[in-house]
Amino acid sequence: MTPQEYNGHVRKMMIILSKANVDSVYAAMVLANGARMEGIESEIFCTFFGLDAIHKTKMDHLHISTVGNPSMGIPTLLGGLPGIEALASFMMKREMEKLDMPPVREFMDIIKASGGKIWACKLAMDMFHYTTEDLYEELDGVLTVGDFYTRAHGFGTQIIFI
Amino acid sequence: MDKVIAGKTISVNEEGYMTDLSQWNEDIASEMAKEYDIELTPKHIEVLTYLQEQFKNNVPLSIRKVGSSGVVSIKELYELFPNGPLKISTKLAGIPKPASCI
Repeated sequence: MTPQEYNGHVRKMMIILSKANVDSVYAAMVLANGARMEGIESEIFCTFFGLDAIHKTKMDHLHISTVGNPSMGIPTLLGGLPGIEALASFMMKREMEKLDMPPVREFMDIIKASGGKIWACKLAMDMFHYTTEDLYEELDGVLTVGDFYTRAHGFGTQIIFI
Repeated sequence: MDKVIAGKTISVNEEGYMTDLSQWNEDIASEMAKEYDIELTPKHIEVLTYLQEQFKNNVPLSIRKVGSSGVVSIKELYELFPNGPLKISTKLAGIPKPASCI
C-alpha cells in the first residue's frame, strides 16, 4: 500500500495490557474483539501485571480493585477489609454475565478464533520467572518490545496502552 | 429509502440494512453478498436463516451467542463473512445491524 492509497481508516489495533484488574482486562478484550468484528486486525501484548490475564491459573480469578478506586464508591478503609474485593469482583462478574460478556478465558478464546493475536512480554516473563508452560495454551508467543514494534508496521496501526 | 436489488424494490436504512424482513429472499442476499466478494453457499444460508430466527424471537445477537448456537463456530463465521462477521451476516440476512459491543 502506498501513502496515496491509504484512506485513513484504522487497520490494526495493537493493545498493550499492563494491568490485570478486571476492568482493564475487559477494556483490552472488548477493544480487540470489537476490532476483529469490524474487520480490523488486533493484537494484545500482555506485560507486567497484564501477564496475569493470560496466566493459566490466575486468568480465571481476576479481581477488581476496591482500594484506591474512587469510582467504586467504597471508602478506602472498608475496601481493604478481607472479602470486600472478592465480593465486589463477584458482583461485577454477575453483572457482566447478564450482558453476555464472556469470562476472561472464553473471551480470549473468542479473540483467538476471530484471528486476533495474543502475546506475552519477554522482559515481564523473565521478571516474574514465568515460562510459556505457565501461560494460556492459545498464546501466540513471547515478544520483545522490538518485535512488538515490528508487528505494528504499516498504515493505519494504532497502539494503545492500558 | 427504497433500493432495487435483484429486480425487487426493498426498503433499506442509510447503511443499506433492510428494514422489512418480509421483502427478503435469497436472490437479494446473493446480490448484496457480491459487494463483499462473498459467494453464498448452503452454509451461508443456514447462518442467515438462524440469524433471522433469532431476530424474529427478539434475541439480541452477539458473536458469543452465534458461536455457541451449534449452527456455526466463531472461526467459521469469520471465514464465511470476512471483515465483519456479524455486521455483514446481519445485512445479508435482511435484519438490523446488532447494537452489541461483544
